[in-house]
Amino acid sequence: MTKSELIERLIDRHNQLSVKDVELAVKTMLDHMTEALAHGDRIEIRGFGSFSLHYRAPRIGRNPKTGESVPLTAKHVPHFKPGKELREQVNDSMAERPGY
Amino acid sequence: MTSLTKAEMAERLNEELGLNKREAKEMVESFFDEIRASLAANEQVKLSGFGNFDLRDKRQRPGRNPKTGEEVPICARRVVTFRPGQKLKDRVEAYAGNRSE
Repeated sequence: MTKSELIERLIDRHNQLSVKDVELAVKTMLDHMTEALAHGDRIEIRGFGSFSLHYRAPRIGRNPKTGESVPLTAKHVPHFKPGKELREQVNDSMAERPGY
Repeated sequence: MTSLTKAEMAERLNEELGLNKREAKEMVESFFDEIRASLAANEQVKLSGFGNFDLRDKRQRPGRNPKTGEEVPICARRVVTFRPGQKLKDRVEAYAGNRSE
């Protein structure tokens, strides 16, 4: 499912709202979530999961083409931990829709 | 450290978009519901700029009860992984830079 497919599904569920409203709502929610993480805040959605930042220590990287050493500064990366409900629903789907 | 919750996301939809409080609350609910439903149907979710929720099937592997040392097989399972998009990664890296100053 892509962002535009998500928007279509939400339009079907919220037929009292205009297409424009739903498009803007999705953009606003994703921007809000991005902004929270950019400020170092966590996101906690019960049943779905939580987003937080993981610290990456500074390290010496290497340019794979030249083999030259490049110092890399410390940084944070976004991390998602699925909630119990999501974890269970996804795992239960394995019995119905085997992937391999 | 503060946490962003569904209530605050709904509040913003109410304030910035003028959805009424009930509509705003339902929109946030169905946003996460639809993503969850898609993943529960073994369908990957791609939200450009934010990130992708992927599904991975793990095979059964031998595990061990760390307390007793007893061998217990870990069953085959399906898990969700999140790969942040470039825009989100860039925004988060910028935060780390600000904090060290």
